[in-house]
Amino acid sequence: MTTTDNFNDGATATVDTDIVLDVQDLSVTFSSEDGPLKAVRGVSYRVRRGEALGIVGESGSGKSVTSMAIMGLLPKSASVSGSARVLGQEVIGLNDAQISKVRGDKIAMIFQDPLTSLNPVYTIGYQIAEAVLTHRKVTKQEARKRAVDLLDKVGIPHPDRRVDQYPHELSGGMRQRVVIAIAMANDPDVIIADEPTTALDVTVQAQVLEALEAARKETGAALVLITHDLGVVAGHVDRVAVMYAGRLVETGSVEDVFYRPRMPYALGLLGSLPRMDEARHERLTPILGTPPSLLDLPAGCGFAPRCPMAQEVCHTSEPALEAAVDGEDDDPFRRHSAACHFSERLVDARPEDLFRTTALDAEAPAELAEAEDTGAAAERRQEEAEAEPGEVLLSAIDLVKNFPIRSKGILRRKIGEVQAVSGISLELREHETLALVGESGCGKSTTARLLLQLIRQTSGEVTYMGQPLHSLSDSQMRPLRRDLQLVFQDPFASLDPRMTVSDIVAEPMQIHGRGKGAKKRVKELLELVGLNPEHGSRYPHEFSGGQRQRIGIARALSLNPKVLILDEPVSALDVSIQAGVINLLEDLQDELGLSYLFVSHDLSVVRHIADRVAVMYLGKIVETGTTEELFDAPAHPYTQALISAIPLPDPVKERTRERIVVTGDVPSPADPPSGCRFRTRCPKFAGELTDEQRNLCVEEPPELLDRGTGHRDACHYSQVVELI
Amino acid sequence: MLVYTARRLAVAIPVLLAASVLVFLMVDLSGDPLAELRLQQPPPSPEAIADAEARYYLDRSIPERYWLWMTGIGGNGDIGLLQGQFGPSVRGVAFDIGTQLSSSIYVTIRLVTAAVIAALGLAVLSGVVSAMRQYSKLDYTLTFIGFLALAMPTFWLGALIKEGGLWFNQTTGTGFFYTIGANSARVSNMTGWEYFLDSAGHLVLPTITLMLTSFASWSRYQRTSMLEVLNSDYVRLARAKGVPNRVVVRRHALRTALIPLVTVATIGIVAIIEGVVITETIFQWRGLGYFFIEAVKAQDAFAIMSWLMLSGTLVVIANLVADILYGVLDPRIRYE
Amino acid sequence: MSEMQSRIAMDDGSSDGPAAPVNRGGDLTQVQLIWRRFRRHRAAMASLVLLGLIVAFAFLGPLVWQWGHTVDSNIPSNAGPSLEHPFGTTKQGNDVFAQTMRGAQQSLKVALTVAVVSTVVGATWGAVAGYYRGRTDAIMMRIADIFLIIPLIVAVASINGAVRGGTTWYAVALIMCLFSWATVARVVRGVVLSLREQEFIEAARAAGARATRIIFRHLLPNAAGPIIVAATLLIAVAVLTEAGLSFIGFGIQPPDISLGKMVEGARTAAFTRPWLFYPPGVLIVLICLTINFIGDGLRDALDPRQTMVRR
Repeated sequence: MTTTDNFNDGATATVDTDIVLDVQDLSVTFSSEDGPLKAVRGVSYRVRRGEALGIVGESGSGKSVTSMAIMGLLPKSASVSGSARVLGQEVIGLNDAQISKVRGDKIAMIFQDPLTSLNPVYTIGYQIAEAVLTHRKVTKQEARKRAVDLLDKVGIPHPDRRVDQYPHELSGGMRQRVVIAIAMANDPDVIIADEPTTALDVTVQAQVLEALEAARKETGAALVLITHDLGVVAGHVDRVAVMYAGRLVETGSVEDVFYRPRMPYALGLLGSLPRMDEARHERLTPILGTPPSLLDLPAGCGFAPRCPMAQEVCHTSEPALEAAVDGEDDDPFRRHSAACHFSERLVDARPEDLFRTTALDAEAPAELAEAEDTGAAAERRQEEAEAEPGEVLLSAIDLVKNFPIRSKGILRRKIGEVQAVSGISLELREHETLALVGESGCGKSTTARLLLQLIRQTSGEVTYMGQPLHSLSDSQMRPLRRDLQLVFQDPFASLDPRMTVSDIVAEPMQIHGRGKGAKKRVKELLELVGLNPEHGSRYPHEFSGGQRQRIGIARALSLNPKVLILDEPVSALDVSIQAGVINLLEDLQDELGLSYLFVSHDLSVVRHIADRVAVMYLGKIVETGTTEELFDAPAHPYTQALISAIPLPDPVKERTRERIVVTGDVPSPADPPSGCRFRTRCPKFAGELTDEQRNLCVEEPPELLDRGTGHRDACHYSQVVELI
Repeated sequence: MLVYTARRLAVAIPVLLAASVLVFLMVDLSGDPLAELRLQQPPPSPEAIADAEARYYLDRSIPERYWLWMTGIGGNGDIGLLQGQFGPSVRGVAFDIGTQLSSSIYVTIRLVTAAVIAALGLAVLSGVVSAMRQYSKLDYTLTFIGFLALAMPTFWLGALIKEGGLWFNQTTGTGFFYTIGANSARVSNMTGWEYFLDSAGHLVLPTITLMLTSFASWSRYQRTSMLEVLNSDYVRLARAKGVPNRVVVRRHALRTALIPLVTVATIGIVAIIEGVVITETIFQWRGLGYFFIEAVKAQDAFAIMSWLMLSGTLVVIANLVADILYGVLDPRIRYE
Repeated sequence: MSEMQSRIAMDDGSSDGPAAPVNRGGDLTQVQLIWRRFRRHRAAMASLVLLGLIVAFAFLGPLVWQWGHTVDSNIPSNAGPSLEHPFGTTKQGNDVFAQTMRGAQQSLKVALTVAVVSTVVGATWGAVAGYYRGRTDAIMMRIADIFLIIPLIVAVASINGAVRGGTTWYAVALIMCLFSWATVARVVRGVVLSLREQEFIEAARAAGARATRIIFRHLLPNAAGPIIVAATLLIAVAVLTEAGLSFIGFGIQPPDISLGKMVEGARTAAFTRPWLFYPPGVLIVLICLTINFIGDGLRDALDPRQTMVRR
């Protein structure tokens, strides 16, 4: 620790009853096989009663560890120093009995994964009542009544019945509400929510965030919201703290940090974010490199190796978190502060000014390729958009896929069917990007695999350049696989960990009898995707997530395909890395003339990369059109809800925008609603339509037609709404 | 649940039958039970040999013999599993396989029950303690004991324990440890209480011998599953609620960590059967293990087959019970 | 593209195949990585050294030791330990030290054969079943079940008992293989079932890879950890089973000797003539203990979860 934060000088030691959580110089070090791992270094912040503080950072920045340290939930291998006071009471270093009195009573926590957070063998009622009984002298009946009350408050329908159900009988969104109910149980003064919606779909995320707001209102608790999603932060907190490599690097009001960032990292983060409220022609500005290893931190500023304006001093001395140039407030815990030697230079800087001068897409600065003239690229895109549509490469007509549901017994009899895909038709043209958008379970990934014939359809047709694929055998299909390649979501799972990168990239060539000269081609491909061609003999685990995704892309390109099917290619990556991969995909498309089918749940990325978009819900396409049409004039209530649910990384817009909110969860695809499949969650169906109009929705499945909106939607009562 | 059970059995029975065919074939091919008779001096008359062959159905082909053994159709009324007949023993008419088998079961069940209870209890205790004090001296000690027990040959340990008991009796001049048999010889004129004490006394050393291997593997298992649960998100949430650690361990961790052990322990019956054969040999119990060894030594094919069918059935039932128990204990699993 | 093809043509002159040399060099680093992690496991390292000594004792010892394991008229009956006969002699006149070496050798030969054969057969069986799933899997695993229903020691005794007199170590080993491959198959199937859902398998299928390539190039190498661990545990189980068999009177027969047979001969001697009772028993314990510790060390070194940096 080379710096001392100016918060620790004792001047602020007077007890302020308004401060519910006071963290001072908190550090956490894990002992690991490779030496001490400094996960958190000298973090200080304060949260006042009723206030909401957002802690933003990418994976490994120490944002979760900080809160776990406050809660005393870290394993014994962690050594914690510094101080954290809850209502003036020191909680660091308490023994189990003492901290147990604080936890769940004064300070409560909500965890990321609702599917694993609840004990599978107890009812949810029991688990909520347990929280009450631990801190209150009440009878079991009273605790149970409180549990029902709480379930009602977090918006769970029929709480009196739900209370006796086991966690596995509830959906992910419902379970997260139960966790929120547990957090509320004793009216805590602080609620720490650690990525509370990351594991959830966007429409459910919106509902859970609403439940969280309700919980805050009900209990008057202060909120510490930990997330990597700048959009979620923008709409739900008063102040923001940005973490990088275990330290706070910028703090301030949400407006200060979003509109006037004074730390290059914060600025870069905002610049690397694809935005739904901006047209696609802007190129993203990724941050170079990867976060430093916490085992081997640089001597100076942790961000210096990636920072385009780093000077000598940045590499030798770590900047303290000090008042930013335009800070108005004197209170170090309220004012706008940044940890940068040159923060004054960032006044009025835009991300592209700073990062694009040197910003190339590769993650390691030493392995840079020539930067592309972005203006020209944007121009080219513009031209292409206006040009004649290309030839249809890949098309699907009325594609249906039913998965059998089998009994648990050994005979595995078929006892039902899940309609994963029910009648999808689409066309992918030469040199275009078609995005397939929807929430989990909507059938978008299944559709992608059907197009590749990795799984076989129940009915329908797939053709590639006029040749039907659905009737080909596996061996007849094999030569065609050269043209149709797939890029996966998870860069950790999609590369065989026991093969070298060269072998991985060369494998498709080996399979297709092009093994000769594969070595040379591998080097070219690695260079093409921005990796060092000399690193071919390394194993996947030696690369970062973004680099691995590039390896996956190199593998897909090895046979010179015409079509790439990209299944959530960037959703597992941190935003600063994601931007580089998106740019790479755009460049490759321009250079190699590829067609992309881009499967994603992330509308912001889609808006940025796609030419046309198809929105899926429960196995059907509900709306399709060009990207502009769909985002500027969405006609289907589901599309509208989806767009509304995506948080914008812009505090003012996010708080003032009009929203169309859906309720409930996606119905089971084993038993979809009759007529329009969206009607059970449709705000229009619930609120605007007359009973007579509703009959049509219940009885008649709407077809995908142009209903006068200029593009096609599948809603009997579609109506264009402007949302962004 | 009933339907599920029935369906599971429907699959298990063919497997059991196939196993019986396999073993029948092998037992049959591996030797001639009449070898001794044939080599007798003076040589027995061909009629006598033919007579013996007919009595033990050795004059039939193997498929015929298997069919006979299973159904009894075309036999002399002393054979046919489906009719409750286990077949003639080459050890003479006085040796009735069915009667011998059922009296052996009674002896063995006592030993197995005692060993399973002891092994489970100790395994849970040591597994939980090990997991809660992970990487402590105690954990390392228990881990080492577990490894040692796993590496210990039952027969060697059994012999050691038995000799140790004898040595103790000798040096102290008492009969403190019983080292032979399931009961004392004068069992017939004991009162109920005396009989109980006598039985319990005879159980001590064989139980220690038999439980050790199972205890070792189960305690390792319990430690692993306990560690997994202790590191789970829901235990973390329970602690975040303010439930004290002691209560978290008992209420959340132990309860869930026990579920997989139940399955493992039930399936562990196979290892127990192996152990029984050796333990009974050492302590000279007239149980199932003794029955088996005697049958093999006498090349008593039908006795071996009956025994194998019994143990195979036990294994199948154990697997089924494990599955059903899992469903009862874990609300996530429901059999339709 | 044509430019590149010409470059490829130039590259054709090089003699080596495209992937093999790179791969060999790479594998070494993978092995080194595992070795580095294995070395940190102190008990496993100590076990490896000890096991090496036992193997040397069993296989090299008989070459240099003055006595053989058979009855020798020059050997006194029932002698206590001495320099001449460190573990004493038997009633019949065998040198117990020589018998111990021979017994350990036979035990190890049986155990290694069982481990190698069962692992190869079982791993392939399990991988095929797990890869194809569905009906193939159901049938293959029911066949495996047939061999799992009957406890190993009992199964081998039933068959083996009848051929006593001429039973050699490899006969014992092969019969044991017959009833132990299925356990490996079960383990590997479980691993493969979860592996095949991984995206890199789908990536290979999307590239057009055939089933054999996927099973042998992707699934089995990635299941190497559990397979190796299962194999080491199988060695320990085989040592114990073989010894147990000999003890109850089946298995390797005189004039040959095994550790189990020696314990049987000395079963009442634990407190009277311990030099007969302890050496074979302790040796069995040591072999199994060291192998279990090595298996434990390998599990830690190979566990892919260990390679991932935990947040």
